Amino acid sequence: MSGVDLSVIAEAPAPPVRRRGGGSGWGSFALRRLGGLVLSLGLLVVLTFLIVPLIPGDPAVAILGANASPDAVAALRERLHLDQPLPLQFLDYLRGLATFDLGQSFRYNTPVTTTIATKLPYTATTALGAILLVIVIAIPVGMTIGVLTRSGRRPWLAVGFGTVAGFFASVPAYVAGTLLVVVFAIWLKLLPAGGAATQSAYVLPIVALALGPTFAVARVVVQETYAVLHQDYMRTARGRRLDAARLYIRHALPNLMASTLTLTGLILASMLGGAIVIETVFSLPGLGLEVVQAIIFRDFPVIQGIVLTVGALAILINLLIDVILGLIDPRTLGGSTHV
Amino acid sequence: MSDRRTRRIPASLIAGLIMLGLLVVIAVIAPILWGTAATAVTPDTRSAPSAAHWLGTDDLGRDVFARTLVATRLTLIMAAAATAGSVVLGVLIGGLVWVGPRWVRECVLRVIDSTVAFPSLILALVIAAILGAGTASAAVAIAVAGVPSFARITSNMTGAVANRDYVGTARLLGVPRFRLFSRHLLPNISGPLLVLIASSFALTLLDISSLSFVGLGVQSPEFDWGRLLNEGLPAVYSQPLQVVGPSVMLVFAGVAAMLTGDGLAVYLDPRGSRAARSTPARRAPRGPSTRPDALVEVRGLTVRAPGGKTLVDGISFEIAPGEILGLVGESGSGKSMTAMSLGRLQADGVAVDAEVLRLDDLDLLAGGHRSRLAKEIGLVYQDPGSTFNPALRMGAQLTEVARVHLGLSRRAARDTLRDGLGEMRIREPEKVMGQHPFQLSGGMLQRAGIASSLVTDPKLLIADEPTTALDVTVQADVLRQLRRVNRDHGTAVLFISHDIGVVEALCDRVLVMRTGEIVERLTSDQLRRREVEHPYTRALLAATPTLKTTPRPIEEHDRV
Repeated sequence: MSGVDLSVIAEAPAPPVRRRGGGSGWGSFALRRLGGLVLSLGLLVVLTFLIVPLIPGDPAVAILGANASPDAVAALRERLHLDQPLPLQFLDYLRGLATFDLGQSFRYNTPVTTTIATKLPYTATTALGAILLVIVIAIPVGMTIGVLTRSGRRPWLAVGFGTVAGFFASVPAYVAGTLLVVVFAIWLKLLPAGGAATQSAYVLPIVALALGPTFAVARVVVQETYAVLHQDYMRTARGRRLDAARLYIRHALPNLMASTLTLTGLILASMLGGAIVIETVFSLPGLGLEVVQAIIFRDFPVIQGIVLTVGALAILINLLIDVILGLIDPRTLGGSTHV
Repeated sequence: MSDRRTRRIPASLIAGLIMLGLLVVIAVIAPILWGTAATAVTPDTRSAPSAAHWLGTDDLGRDVFARTLVATRLTLIMAAAATAGSVVLGVLIGGLVWVGPRWVRECVLRVIDSTVAFPSLILALVIAAILGAGTASAAVAIAVAGVPSFARITSNMTGAVANRDYVGTARLLGVPRFRLFSRHLLPNISGPLLVLIASSFALTLLDISSLSFVGLGVQSPEFDWGRLLNEGLPAVYSQPLQVVGPSVMLVFAGVAAMLTGDGLAVYLDPRGSRAARSTPARRAPRGPSTRPDALVEVRGLTVRAPGGKTLVDGISFEIAPGEILGLVGESGSGKSMTAMSLGRLQADGVAVDAEVLRLDDLDLLAGGHRSRLAKEIGLVYQDPGSTFNPALRMGAQLTEVARVHLGLSRRAARDTLRDGLGEMRIREPEKVMGQHPFQLSGGMLQRAGIASSLVTDPKLLIADEPTTALDVTVQADVLRQLRRVNRDHGTAVLFISHDIGVVEALCDRVLVMRTGEIVERLTSDQLRRREVEHPYTRALLAATPTLKTTPRPIEEHDRV
């Protein structure tokens, strides 16, 4: 949710180098990745299922309130199959998931899938737009700074960038969003403060969401640039007397992207959480506003549906990152992943 | 551990901890000093900033500045409670998996890894959904959401400690498992863990505030920073400062987290990024060529490390056309520095100076001449496992010089390379070109490297310990290929090795280097007859088993 992610401090496992053999590459990747995928999805399903049984006291009373009539409580218990043993409830839940039936919203009495289908585009647009923006800006900027300040060159630039980036990286998205609204929507009147009426309404949410992670990732890229430039293969490339563009873009960039994505995959996935929170700032009618309302009104089918959707999106983003990693550096296909 | 204790605490860590301390001070004194101003409803509503109300007042006439400061206490208490929850649960899980049986550890860690991949907000939303909106449930939600990453980090740190000898000894002595954890594992990770807690405390603070901000945390009339931000948002057009106050406080907390986390990373990372200073080159006067018949002429070559230490001290030598010159010495003798200086590939910050540094008619000190350098100097490096770019296919790497500097088309460059690979007796050259370096063996990579340097028909081939990383049979093959290149193409070779036996087998002339100086110059015949004078050369000969080269009588070995 916030700019800095704790997990980055813990050393991310370097992709283990496998020499020769096991050349099937994508085949073994798919096989190994499938296990992680099933585990992640399984956890997600169990977690969302457990929401209702874990409600303290009688879930039906908790949902309807203490003043509800015994008949209404009994009816709700019946509807939620609360009288059945837990394993049977779980099987019911699985059956629903398998047929894309997530139940009916308590509040709207419409299928949850309909709610998600109408709300998902807003959240996905902000989250994916911001992730793309982070990658497109952070990698070139970080690499340029890294190249310019390599081996202690231009120390003022290294310190200056470190300070600025460190500051912006630590501003949480919802605070950045609020301040952007104050500056760009109220003082400068350049962009709409909220809603999703026009395309320009997405500019501030995407920028607010991307701001912190961009600088957080750029800081990682600078460090990774230093590391890559010290590698033997960069000396080999210098030995071919290539010009700077070819040296850095063709030889350094792919390796840089591989290590950066490995280290920052969690930051990118965590931006989904920021996307949920930031919708409050901009009154963006996406999954975030909806899930908050659902929690306040105890609309459990909607909560389950949205948590499932966002979780599945996170899994998808992680998978996508691994595929990109595999395309850049086929060695990672045999190695461990960050999921 | 001992080196960690003596390490200096980074300034950013100190700054971050001071900022956190400042927040604690505000949390203690603000409700005492401004408690009434923050909650008293007055008729002076929505006033602009003034001397009495620095940030103005809200819609009930309460002082915004006072509210912002007073909110620090509840924000901090919630963050502290949530952090404590995450830490206790996380440390217990992450630490105890190491005293339990292996399969339990594997299972738990797999589950933790899967959880860490989800945004922590998802878990927080699930808990908030179970417990409903409210102050306590927000704290529990964020606490639970923080458990997986704490468990993961603790497990990493404990894992490093658990494999040390004394823990194994304690286990053998039958120390009970929980005691093993509390007495032997926990104290050893407590230092880094404490600092980690400080940085995660501020992050937790931001996360809890985000729950309050969306309306799932603190409910009116209580208020924390997130709640204040939430209440200020509808009035943002008329009273923008109402959201600026809590925003500034949240940014302050965020910066504190960043500084603490950064400082922690520096503190824990033994590598430390010390910047190399480049030393200004002391210019030796350029001299005229005294050996115009030589292909390579090196006179007064001096190489200094970034710190100013002299690595190569004014050495001179020549290489005749078609000659194989060996440069031998132990590691640190300056032989690789000499070779890389000649190839103009010295590391960043290393200063190279000489009176003459010449390849044929090319002044290597002059700079520029990229294309001629690329074509006229072939290079083979020490460790084939690291000298090829792991992200690029072999064909693209090996044809690069031909495409960039000879202007060959992709197809023509590949055709030329295919011939070169064939000459190096590499079967299926097409397949090799399509593969990535990690799919090929070391010997194969070295032969491919030699083949690629043949494409431009270089005048000089610099081979820097090309066989050191290879096993003996492959070594012999690579040496044979170098010899063949020299014979068939007339390419001069500068061959660097610490193995005097290999040098003896291959080279026409041999220079022995020690601590940056040439201590002895020998022809291969002199070396073969053991007509060596310098004790260092004798020591090198004695230290090297030379079974794979020409057999010699045993007493000759004893003599040296």
